[in-house]
Amino acid sequence: MDRRTILKGALAAAALPAAARAQGRDLTVVSWGGAYQDAQREVYFRPFQQQTRNRLLEETWDGGIGVLRSRIASGANTWDVVQVESEELLIGADEGLFEPLDWAAIGGKDAYIAEAVNDYGVGAILYSFIIAYDRARMAQGPANWADFFDTARFPGKRGMRKGPKTTLEMALMADGVAPAQVYEVLGTPAGVDRAFRKLDSIKADIAWFERGSQPPQWLAAGEVTLTVAYNGRISAANATDGRNFAIVWTNNIFTLDSWVIMKGSPNKAKAVEFLKFVGQPAVQAGLPPKIPYGVTAKGVNERLPAEVLANLPTAPQNIANALQLSDRFWLDNLDRLTQRFNTWVSR
Amino acid sequence: MRRPVGAALLTAPLLLFLLVTFVAPIGAFLWRGVTDDEVRPVLPRTVVALASWNGTGTPGEEAFAALVEDLRAARSGDRGAIPRAAARLNADRPGFRGLLPMTARRVEAPFEGSARAAVLAISAEWGQPETWGAIARAGGPMSSFHVLAALDLRRDATGAVRQAPEDTRVFRTVLLRSLWISLLVTAVCLALGWPLAWLIATSRGLAATLLLAAVMLPFWISLVVRTAAWMVLLQREGIVNAALQAGGIIETPLPLLMNRFAVVLGMVHILLPFMVLPLVAAFRGLDPRLPRAAASLGAAPWRVFLRVTLPLSLPGVGAGCILVFIQALGFYVTPALLGGPNDQMLAWFVGFYATRSVNWGLAAALSIVLLVAVGLCVALYGRLAGFRRPGAA
Repeated sequence: MDRRTILKGALAAAALPAAARAQGRDLTVVSWGGAYQDAQREVYFRPFQQQTRNRLLEETWDGGIGVLRSRIASGANTWDVVQVESEELLIGADEGLFEPLDWAAIGGKDAYIAEAVNDYGVGAILYSFIIAYDRARMAQGPANWADFFDTARFPGKRGMRKGPKTTLEMALMADGVAPAQVYEVLGTPAGVDRAFRKLDSIKADIAWFERGSQPPQWLAAGEVTLTVAYNGRISAANATDGRNFAIVWTNNIFTLDSWVIMKGSPNKAKAVEFLKFVGQPAVQAGLPPKIPYGVTAKGVNERLPAEVLANLPTAPQNIANALQLSDRFWLDNLDRLTQRFNTWVSR
Repeated sequence: MRRPVGAALLTAPLLLFLLVTFVAPIGAFLWRGVTDDEVRPVLPRTVVALASWNGTGTPGEEAFAALVEDLRAARSGDRGAIPRAAARLNADRPGFRGLLPMTARRVEAPFEGSARAAVLAISAEWGQPETWGAIARAGGPMSSFHVLAALDLRRDATGAVRQAPEDTRVFRTVLLRSLWISLLVTAVCLALGWPLAWLIATSRGLAATLLLAAVMLPFWISLVVRTAAWMVLLQREGIVNAALQAGGIIETPLPLLMNRFAVVLGMVHILLPFMVLPLVAAFRGLDPRLPRAAASLGAAPWRVFLRVTLPLSLPGVGAGCILVFIQALGFYVTPALLGGPNDQMLAWFVGFYATRSVNWGLAAALSIVLLVAVGLCVALYGRLAGFRRPGAA
């Protein structure tokens, strides 16, 4: 083979996949990676390939609406089904980045819990911001947000997420606002002032975390006595690090990640088939035992062992008085309240 | 003397490299701080119609009609442009993120009567002068919005510059804090670095080599690693607290982390070599016979120091201080990891707006503020001390 044939071959090879990709690439599903995607692979991806004889490619991403935006804008999108956070679902739907969802084809809206239903996406998992403390250091912990803000009964540092989102909601609930009224109150200037006043009362005792891995580390090291945390991280610390952390579910704040189908996907039919597959209660019931997130199909709870269900945001007793994070509110107010929060926090 | 062209050409690759990898990207980023290009492509007619508006009351019918026309055109074109423009306007006036897409949806269908009545019926927000003021301010192409915001200032609808609301004023405080922390770190570096540099410069043989190596060694360890090491040492159940408790010096662990003390400590540790090395160079360049001559002529040791040694080493002091101060001003990782919320410096806010809230205009404007602050400090130094090389005095 002389140099020219090699070159020709290389050119042909370079041209071929592009053409092939445009016509018939495999269904590509994108999720968050890590332990979560490992669990998804076992419960969703492999069984889907075996049972439906479809091929499925996996990819991983870290989120960010800009990524999705540039994929659609460049015309070189190779993703079909993507798991997005609720804020990206809202913005992406506004900007026309996703295909409208054919609910009838994936089991109908009634087959899912109400929070999981959106015109452009179907909820995949629920997770919560909860209060956690270490039973090894404190036998009788707080019972609600008011206790979390009570430095007389529970002295010591408390961890909170650095940012206004979730923090202001917690302050209002601690100040006696019912979860159903939180965003109504927070929508008024007086309500925002009220939240900041409540935060003022414990400002000196707050340790601000910026990554979800910090709260369990701080609890374990005794840096904080109480902390806000993601429920999954606390359960994971208990399961794998032998910790005895307690989770307080009262008025937890929960949010969802959703599956969306990217606009113009050539694999739309297969994507719908995939969503239908992972929407079955029998399939979804496999996920929570591996990783402690709530799932969205109705009829899953009955299939779960009691000890698994008790640690999920979707357990009836846990979701009963919970507050769903309002993405619409934060989309409109994040800039202004972040500015105010940054000012407040750095004084 | 004219240099041969060939020699100049040899530096061309370097210049090109600097231009492509350094000047161009930084320039392009900073450019965003003084421009506004998200709203004009979506609302071109509205921006033009608002140019003649004086900022009081609501603008006339022609502005409302232009808005309707612009939004219809945007709906039929690139739909992603409306939310992007809305996000920019939302940074100025919260509520726009929902208001603009909603208005665009509602005016798409043809309607009878005046555009003004139709738009006002969609939301009373459109009756507020500041709503229109936000569009006028974002009209670009050049804009002072971000730079003013970085100085806690803003324009109202009439174009007058005012203070930002009291509860959102943060950047001037942060700038002053950055300058103060940098000054503090420079002073501590000087106090610690001076005797060390003197020792290195006056010792001979193996001792000098070992001392110099001890100063240079930290250069070979990543900044993040060194900062993380301080976290391990200083944390509540860390080595320092454990040792103090074991020694019976303290009862309860001291809060050593997440405060100003930890930030200054970490920064001094990282920046000390930049103070010591110019000082060593200055001391070594100092003619040892001069202090001796002063002493032999009867000057007391303190007088020798004040009149001979100190003036001769001043260029080294200046170089060390300016090196440390300027680097300290831009510090990001160390305060972020070791400091509490009120120890964060300007660079943290640049990072916050660039990566978290994706407000590149404000991030760029804050960078401009930082760059200007550094420029002023260098100019001040040049004015006071002149740019002489250490030891060349």
